[in-house]
Amino acid sequence: MRLRTPLARARGVGSAKEGTGHWWAQRLTSLALVPLSLWFAASLLAIVGADHASAVQWLQSPLRATLLMLLIAIAFHHGQLGMQVVIEDYVAHEGVMVAAIILVKFLALLLSVACILAVLRIAVGM
Amino acid sequence: MLIYRPQLASVLSITHRASGVFLTLGMLLFAYWLLSAAAGPAAYEQARALLGSPLGLLALLAWSLALFYHLCNGVRHLFWDAGYGLDMDAANLSGLIVIAASLVLTAVTWLAAFGLGNGA
Repeated sequence: MRLRTPLARARGVGSAKEGTGHWWAQRLTSLALVPLSLWFAASLLAIVGADHASAVQWLQSPLRATLLMLLIAIAFHHGQLGMQVVIEDYVAHEGVMVAAIILVKFLALLLSVACILAVLRIAVGM
Repeated sequence: MLIYRPQLASVLSITHRASGVFLTLGMLLFAYWLLSAAAGPAAYEQARALLGSPLGLLALLAWSLALFYHLCNGVRHLFWDAGYGLDMDAANLSGLIVIAASLVLTAVTWLAAFGLGNGA
């Protein structure tokens, strides 16, 4: 007997017809984060301890700004997807659970927009 | 759950979750640093002083270890999702590889950080 559900059968099913959407988004963002976070960790080494002028100069490359904005959007999305699962699993009270998930999702969106704006401000010098 | 003897697989599994939560919380620090950089030199210096303090460096050390662990173990999970390495021996071996790789990556990162001589 095979205990694993074939992916093809799980697609688009479930009570919300959402099926594997959450699972797939988590995998897809994790795949993107492998190169992005390695790039970011290596980059931090280049600007570790740098003063403001060199940090700004580092970010004023279109390629770096693009990668950093991608990293921000994907990392916050991946983070809130993961936090959602953890909250769903460990918070017993349903009202608290839903409130916590909403808070995490709103906060993740707020922070990713704020961070992307910060990158844009630095990149175009506004 | 606590009546079970901890095993490599279960410990690594809960560590994956714990490191994920820790990384997400650490994103707040990253946001603070980035917004400070956008705000100007004075705010940036403040953030740099905070992150360069002993407590800040300790937080960054823990964060980098969590990042490399979550990264390596995440790749392990992706292989499992694709259907590879699911038997006991392979899972135990990949677990040990993940531990070794995350420790080595963290060590190399910090040696490089201080080797570059900027003194954080």
